[in-house]
Amino acid sequence: MSHVFHPGHHALHGITVVLDTTSGETYLGRFDSEDERGVHLLDVGRHDAEAGSREDYIRRSAKFGIRVEQKHVVLPKGSVARVTPLGELQL
Amino acid sequence: MPYNPTLVAPMREEMTRMGAKELTTVQEVDAALGDQEGTMLVFVNSVCGCAAGNARPGLRLALAHGVKPQQVVTVFAGQDLEATARARQYFSEYQPSSPSMALLRDGEVVHFVHRHQIEGRAPQAVAADLTSAFDKHFGVAV
Repeated sequence: MSHVFHPGHHALHGITVVLDTTSGETYLGRFDSEDERGVHLLDVGRHDAEAGSREDYIRRSAKFGIRVEQKHVVLPKGSVARVTPLGELQL
Repeated sequence: MPYNPTLVAPMREEMTRMGAKELTTVQEVDAALGDQEGTMLVFVNSVCGCAAGNARPGLRLALAHGVKPQQVVTVFAGQDLEATARARQYFSEYQPSSPSMALLRDGEVVHFVHRHQIEGRAPQAVAADLTSAFDKHFGVAV
């Protein structure tokens, strides 16, 4: 039996996710929680469309890790189109 | 701020019981990773139950495989801050995450396991991926 620290959180708590917004932005980060303010992500990177495609950004981040730009981002629930665990994506 | 040492002691012991050498200072990291020869796995330990709670037993299972690294060393992210930062300099091409694992051969990173490749997965699945990497990178060429 291994040692587990934080039970009782959101099902995605601690999971690295790809979050797509309704306006077409893509964030990568660790899902922390969801409350009245929205979805809280930690250690967050954001796709820069000028630096390449969304798919390349995700693929590069999956291989080399997420380049963290912001420690904490809150995205209003209404702006969230999709949240997908990074580890579940076929890259 | 580091967790209470008493709380993380079982997580350290879980590593040392499987034969990993703890590196808690910059000097210890440099001694182990500087001019590293042969095969080695560096485990970046973490208190995170989502991932480290599966990574440690996954590694333990993988180390029962026939092909495995000659050495296993570990640093503890969020606990041994300077040692962890120093270890990460040896695989700086990869963004820091914890837990994570770097497989090295003669000082070169040949495979890297990020946190997102561990999260939510059973130890057996983590072990299967690791043993596959051991076979690929540490197996004897015939």
